[in-house]
Amino acid sequence: MTKEKSTFEEDLKKLQKIVEELSSGKITLGESLKKYEEGVKIAQSCSFALAAAQRKVELLMKKDGKLSLEKFDDSDAEEK
Amino acid sequence: MQKPNKHIYTVSEITGVIKGLLEDNVGEIWLEGEISNFKAASSGHFYFSLKDQNSIILAAMFANANKGLKFKLEDGLKVICFGKIDVYGPRGQYQIIVERIEPKGVGAQQLAFEQLKKKLAQEGLFDLSHKKPLPKMPFSVGIVTSAQGAAVRDILQILKKGAPCVDLVLRSVRVQGEQAAGEIFEAIEDLNNFGKLDLIIVSRGGGSTEDLWSFNEEIVARAIYNSGLPVISAVGHQINTTLSDLVADVFVETPSAAAKIIVDKKNALLAELAGFRHELDFSINDAIGNLENRLTALTHTLKSPLDRCLERQQQMDELSSELNYNIRHFLELAFQRSNSLVQQLEALSPLSILSRGYSLTMLMPQESIIKDISQIKAGDKLKTALNKGAFISLVEEVFDDERKINI
Repeated sequence: MTKEKSTFEEDLKKLQKIVEELSSGKITLGESLKKYEEGVKIAQSCSFALAAAQRKVELLMKKDGKLSLEKFDDSDAEEK
Repeated sequence: MQKPNKHIYTVSEITGVIKGLLEDNVGEIWLEGEISNFKAASSGHFYFSLKDQNSIILAAMFANANKGLKFKLEDGLKVICFGKIDVYGPRGQYQIIVERIEPKGVGAQQLAFEQLKKKLAQEGLFDLSHKKPLPKMPFSVGIVTSAQGAAVRDILQILKKGAPCVDLVLRSVRVQGEQAAGEIFEAIEDLNNFGKLDLIIVSRGGGSTEDLWSFNEEIVARAIYNSGLPVISAVGHQINTTLSDLVADVFVETPSAAAKIIVDKKNALLAELAGFRHELDFSINDAIGNLENRLTALTHTLKSPLDRCLERQQQMDELSSELNYNIRHFLELAFQRSNSLVQQLEALSPLSILSRGYSLTMLMPQESIIKDISQIKAGDKLKTALNKGAFISLVEEVFDDERKINI
């Protein structure tokens, strides 16, 4: 989860920049194709991250000042 | 009682009498008034006056009595006190020793809330400039609430359905009772220290104002204010606005609403990404289309030099056929001219002269034409060419002058 989040906003910014560059029409076709490919790749990976459904629910416990994670049973949430 | 025993009191004596009279006859009372000249001594005792339009009475509230006081005493506050009337000998003053005090009109708790709210507002805890923006997409969210409560169920359920890409770290706390505020404070700190999180939701389901009170405690408000991570406060139902709500970066009315913020963010991002994809496709197609148009235009302009080339070729063809004609004409002219020259030449040919009866005489063997008599002498062999045929002869005699011949 840490890897995703650190790059997600950067990726989004990069993608926005690519979209702007591409729509400006000021770059060569070769560059455009490269940017297009890169943009599509980023858009896909960002969408993929958002569409993922592998969420974890954990309980943060504290014992003697030490933090640790335990699995949290959220089957309750499924019922309702 | 007037004269018989003339007793002279000492000051302390009479003070004691007055004290006894007051304490016996008045004793413990309820008293209503407005606070003025409030002072909190370093000893922890409170000293103030209570007044109404016409009168004033001194009041003291000792540390052991004011220790559990929820609200702050301040000048101008209208209160109802319970206490006993007492005389303070050293100053010759009567006063009320306050045991309990309640604000008049509003509840003590409400007053405490208003007072704390005012204080925190003055300190800038609610300032918009301090509010942190939420991340574009919180992929991992910390939740401070009770693991057994309805709030966590609501949040988990909505996120599971709407944004299952979000990981959750729950820090379970008591959300009401005396320990609750301390636990909430600690949980906010712990989640900040845990790292790896994008956002914290501080939440509790609905309840009475008293139930939600922990979220009005100063340490909770300060923990939220000092949180490095953005905090969404989602406490209770619609009408309750807690200090947590006011301090938080974003506040919503219910736990479900907090979860919906995240779901909405996710959906908005997906839409944005789809938009980006569309723009990318459009731009690249546009770029290719433009180039195609340019190419077609260029092909057109390329065609015209070809045309020009053909034109030139035609021109050249014309010129070359003209040239052919000219050459032929020139040749014809030259031919005619050479013919006439040949005729002229023929007319001048010695042969044609011979046909008219002349002959040519040459000295043999070198066949040099003899034009002058000095060229020959007697005995030379001569060749004479006629119009038809030739003959060889020998020179017998030579004369300088034809007329001198005398045969």
